[in-house]
Amino acid sequence: MTSWRTPVGVLLTALMLFPVYWMINVSLTPMSDMRKSPSLFPVNPTTEGYARVLREQIPYLGTSLLVAAGTVVLTLALAAPAAYSLAKLRPAGRQTLSFVLLVAQMIPGIIMALGFYGIYVKLGITNTVWGLVLADSTIAVPFATLILTSFMASVPDEVLQAARIDGAGPWRSFVSIVLPASRNGMITAALFSFLWAWSDFLFAATLDSGGRLQPLTLGIYRYIGNNNQEWNSIMATAVVASVPATVLIVVAQRYVAAGVTSGAVKD
Amino acid sequence: MRSRLAGWAFLLPLVAYLAVCYAYPLFTNVDLSIRGYTVRSFVHGGAPLVGFANYATVFGDPTFRTALVNTVLFTLVSLFFQYTIGLAAALFFARGFRLSATLRALFLVPWLLPLIVSASTWAWLLNSESGLVNTALKVVGLDPVNWLTSPQWSLVSVTIANIWIGIPFNLVVLYSGLQNIPREVYEASSLDGASGWQTFWHVTFPLLRPVSAITLLLGLVYTLKVFDVIWIMTKGGPSGSSTTLATWSYELGFGNMLPRFGPSAAVGNVLILIAVVAGLLYIRMQRRQELS
Repeated sequence: MTSWRTPVGVLLTALMLFPVYWMINVSLTPMSDMRKSPSLFPVNPTTEGYARVLREQIPYLGTSLLVAAGTVVLTLALAAPAAYSLAKLRPAGRQTLSFVLLVAQMIPGIIMALGFYGIYVKLGITNTVWGLVLADSTIAVPFATLILTSFMASVPDEVLQAARIDGAGPWRSFVSIVLPASRNGMITAALFSFLWAWSDFLFAATLDSGGRLQPLTLGIYRYIGNNNQEWNSIMATAVVASVPATVLIVVAQRYVAAGVTSGAVKD
Repeated sequence: MRSRLAGWAFLLPLVAYLAVCYAYPLFTNVDLSIRGYTVRSFVHGGAPLVGFANYATVFGDPTFRTALVNTVLFTLVSLFFQYTIGLAAALFFARGFRLSATLRALFLVPWLLPLIVSASTWAWLLNSESGLVNTALKVVGLDPVNWLTSPQWSLVSVTIANIWIGIPFNLVVLYSGLQNIPREVYEASSLDGASGWQTFWHVTFPLLRPVSAITLLLGLVYTLKVFDVIWIMTKGGPSGSSTTLATWSYELGFGNMLPRFGPSAAVGNVLILIAVVAGLLYIRMQRRQELS
């Protein structure tokens, strides 16, 4: 009964992933073949696109890694203590804060970008990497706090009570009990913060377009903007930019699925 | 008492952060929208208050109507196809078969790729002269279509790309919703002699309704925000034919050498109003689901 589903499933997945295949195919096509009618396979594969990525895009790549790593650190540093408080210390007003975090996730990025731009121009801090990190973190902090709150809420209260009786203060309980127990939540939050900061184009374009250090998304955008659009270089850069997402799918599938569903479905 | 203080101490960094990185930019945005900023006064300050003049400019601009209609079309059509295709895929995967877990994971790829990657890939697939889609049309004897450069097709093209990006999210959420429906329900239904279609229509679909509602509302909030895909594929053009409120706001503020920050912020604030209304609906929906 289930036997027909496997081949159909493979076919559907192939169809769904066809654009991804096409990106790889084009990245290996020589420029001279680009304006001819396209062939389904890279018949004369070339690495000229990738060679150009290595020559020109390494600084962009480094900046993207730096920005994404910075965003992860900042996001977790803000979200983890707050989530601990919301889940376990339960101060008055926590419902209001959770509500604010939910609404914060709904604010369109373009509005945040314009607001940040106004502030950064006034303070003279446009085109800085840390300014970009601060802006990128706004995509991830509310999500990370909410998902960590639900992970930390599942740490049994009895364990924390026992620790308190043994003389552990709130900080001690946080570091030695709650943080280790919510490792999976930390990984999920870190994954998504990394991915969102890595993928960000809007904040980069508004806040860092004249910067000395620019992320890879702007590198691709520059290539597209060039008049002699060299699509194999564009697609080669796109392939490189897709590596983190692909790695995540392979090594951290269950964390990804947990992150997608956490906001929408209650178990 | 001590624990209450500790509770606030752990929250303090986040609250300070929300004030600086959310409230302040949002306030700046409102301030921008009620002043007559020029490039000079943007840097040096001293822009005069103009009240609702920027809003009047925006509402009076013919582009506003186009952007609003496009936003509605883009959002509704995207949601409809993302949801129906996502649901069909979720039902397909719900049975579980050899390789199903791996294939389901692969389905997530489009959702996790940077939007600039997906958008530029689609832009090349739909390229008028050298794109694969037009080549395929030629093979079956149809005329090529100027997907990205003709006003009739540009909105369709960006919507297609956006549907592709949104299917995985719908699949994952609806799939986990399906997993939460107890097996016994299906057994009872098949004992009563219901066909597969009847079971879906009278059992699965109604039981899935709360999850569907939340999926669609979250999708609505996400789709209203979409900027990257449209900007990278068409820049909202040609001549505004694929512009939405999000891309129009960006275009006014950053799209050319003479930025109009006031109108840009005004459009942004209209968009935020729509997004927050949708968001509040979502939150109410979720609360109700938690209660039941």
